[in-house]
Amino acid sequence: MVDAAKQSASEKPYLSITNIVKKFGDTAAVDGVTLDIRRKEIFALLGSSGCGKSTLLRMLAGMERPTSGQIILDGQDITRLAPYERPINMMFQSYALFPHMSVADNIAFGLKQDKMPKGEIDARVAEMLDLVQMRKYANRKPYQLSGGQQQRVALARSLAKRPKLLLLDEPLGALDKKLRQQTQLELVNTLEKVGVTCIMVTHDQEEAMTMATRIGIMSEGQLLQVGTPAEIYDYPNCRFTAEFIGDTNLFTGPVVVDEPDRVEIEAAELGGRIWIDHGITGPKGMQVWASIRPEDVRVDRDPVAAGPNAAKGAVTEIAYFGSYSVYHVKLGSGKVLKAMVPVNRWHEANLEPPTWGDQVYVSWRADMPVVLTR
Amino acid sequence: MNNQQLSPFLKGMLLLGLLFLYIPIVSLVVYSFNDSKLVTVWGGFSTKWYVSLFQNEQIMSAVKLSLQIALASATAAVILGTIAGFVLARFKRFPGSSLFAGMMTAPMVMPEVITGLSMLLLFISMQQLIGVPAERGFFTIWVGHTTLCMAYVAVVVRSRLLEIDQSLEDAAMDLGARPLKIFFVITLPLVTQAIASGFLLSVTLSLDDLVMTAFLSGPGSTTLPQVIFSKVRLGLNPEINALASITVLAVGVLVIVANYLMLNSQRKRERALAAAMRESNAS
Repeated sequence: MVDAAKQSASEKPYLSITNIVKKFGDTAAVDGVTLDIRRKEIFALLGSSGCGKSTLLRMLAGMERPTSGQIILDGQDITRLAPYERPINMMFQSYALFPHMSVADNIAFGLKQDKMPKGEIDARVAEMLDLVQMRKYANRKPYQLSGGQQQRVALARSLAKRPKLLLLDEPLGALDKKLRQQTQLELVNTLEKVGVTCIMVTHDQEEAMTMATRIGIMSEGQLLQVGTPAEIYDYPNCRFTAEFIGDTNLFTGPVVVDEPDRVEIEAAELGGRIWIDHGITGPKGMQVWASIRPEDVRVDRDPVAAGPNAAKGAVTEIAYFGSYSVYHVKLGSGKVLKAMVPVNRWHEANLEPPTWGDQVYVSWRADMPVVLTR
Repeated sequence: MNNQQLSPFLKGMLLLGLLFLYIPIVSLVVYSFNDSKLVTVWGGFSTKWYVSLFQNEQIMSAVKLSLQIALASATAAVILGTIAGFVLARFKRFPGSSLFAGMMTAPMVMPEVITGLSMLLLFISMQQLIGVPAERGFFTIWVGHTTLCMAYVAVVVRSRLLEIDQSLEDAAMDLGARPLKIFFVITLPLVTQAIASGFLLSVTLSLDDLVMTAFLSGPGSTTLPQVIFSKVRLGLNPEINALASITVLAVGVLVIVANYLMLNSQRKRERALAAAMRESNAS
C-alpha cells in the first residue's frame, strides 16, 4: 500500500484508464481494462482482430461511450466528454482525409473549428507541412497523393491541434509491407520530435515491437500483460502472450519438485522432466506450462547426456531463412518441437547439417524456459 | 471489347435491338420536318411545325407549367429525400426504423393509380374539412410529385452515404466539429453528386408523370403529358413530333456534356495520381 502510494506520487500517470467496460448487448467488447500511460510515451495496444483494442481506442476518442469505468487525462475526467470536446486527436486507419479539401485545408480543419485567427492557422499549417515534408503538396487533393503521402498528411492533421494525446489506429495498416518498414521509423522519429503522448492500436507485433516504448497485449476484451517489448518477449506471463509474441514451444505438466533453486515439471509430451533454475510460488502438483523459445533450443547430432531439458527426435521439416533455419523435430510423443538454428552452427562444428528424417538431440539450458501458470 | 469475337448472329441481334430502340425515335425526328399535316405520310421538308409549336399557346403553357412543377417538386424532393436518406444510412436503429424505411420506399413500388387516387381523396376531404387546398392544381400536383420523387432521392442518397467511409465524419468530429456542422461541411459536399442525380431523376419523373397528375390536376392546370395524351386521342399533328425532337436534342446534349465532364475529371485525377506516385518513388 505504502509503496504504491509512493510510486504514484513520484510518477503520476498522464492518462489513467480505470476498470473500463464496454458492452454491446450482452457481450463485453472491453471487459474491465485498467491502464496507466506516462507522458510522452508511445504505447501500443496489440491483439488480434476482435480483441477489443479498437473499441478501447474509440472510447478514448469519445466515439463510443463506456458502459462503466473512468478515463482521466492530465487531471481531467474525460469519460463523458463528446469527441469534439476532448484534447485528443486520432489518426484513422483509412486516414479519413476529406476528399473535397486540399492537403492544407485538411490540416487546417481542426484549427478552424477552434476559431484560431487566420494568420496563426497559416503558420501552424506551414509548420505541420514542414514536419512531414509535404510542403510542396499543400494544394493537392488527397486523391492526388500516394499512400505514403496520405499517411503523412493524416499524421500532420492529427498533430495540428497539438493534442494532449494522439491515437493511432493501425497507423501503417494501409501501406504495403516494404513501405511500412521504412515508414515505421520515420513515424517514430516524427512523434518523438513532437513529443506527443501516443496510444497506437495494431495487430502487427513487429510494428508494435519496433515503434512502442511499452506494449499492452489484449485478448477477449482484457489486457493480459503490459511491459516493454523486451519484458513481454522474455517474460510472458501467460500462454497467449508467449504464443502471440514470437514463436514458442509449450509443454504442460505438474510440478513435481519445487525447491528455492529449481523447479521440475513432469512433461509427458517431452518424455522427461523440464528443469528450471529458479523456484516458483505455487503448490506442488500444480499444472503449469513451460515456454521454450525456438532460438533457445540447441540441436545436436550426437547424443547429449540424458537427463532433464533434453529429448530425442526426428527432423520433419526444415525452413531455411538465410542466416538461420527452423527445424521441426518430432519427439517420441508425436509433439513437434521448433528449433531455430544459426547456419554457422554446423560450419563451426565441422558437421553436415541434419536433413529430413535424421535423428537429432534437442536440449536447452535450465535458465531458458519460462513457467506459465495460465 | 473485341468485335472480332462477336459471331455474326450476335452482331445481327445487337443491330436488331438497336434498331428496335432507335427507329421510333429517328422516325419521330424525321417526321417533325414533314410538310404534311399527317404524321405518317411524308409530304416534303418543312420547319413549319416548329414555328407553329412555339405559337401554340396551349402547348407552351403546358410546357411552362410542367417545367415549373418539375423544378419545384425536384427541389422539395431533394431536401426531404436527402434528410430521409441520411436518417436511413446514419442513424442507429430506433423504434419503428424498419417501418420508416418501408414507408419511405413505398411510393416507388405502389401503383401510381393507388397513390394518385388516395391523394385525391385526401385532398377532397381536407378541402371539405379545413378548406385547404381550395382547388386542385399546381399545389396538389406538386405535393403528389414530391411524394414520389423524394423516395427516389432518398434511395440514391442513402446508397451514396453507405459508400462513404464513415470515419470521415468521425475524423471531423475528432477534430472538433459539431454534428450539424459536420453534416454541412463534410457529409453534404460528399453526396452532392448523388443529390444532383436525384434532382435530375426527379425532374424527369415529374415531367413525364401522367397517371398521378391526372388525379391531382384541376381544370386550369394541364401538364405537358396531359396535353400530348389528349392530342393523341383527338388526332396527332407534327407539332408533337417537333416538341419531341427538341426534347431528344436537349437530353442528348445534356448527356454528352455530363459524360465529357466526368471523363475529363477522371483523366485529370489519374494523371495527378500517376505523377504523385512517380514523385514519391523518386524521393
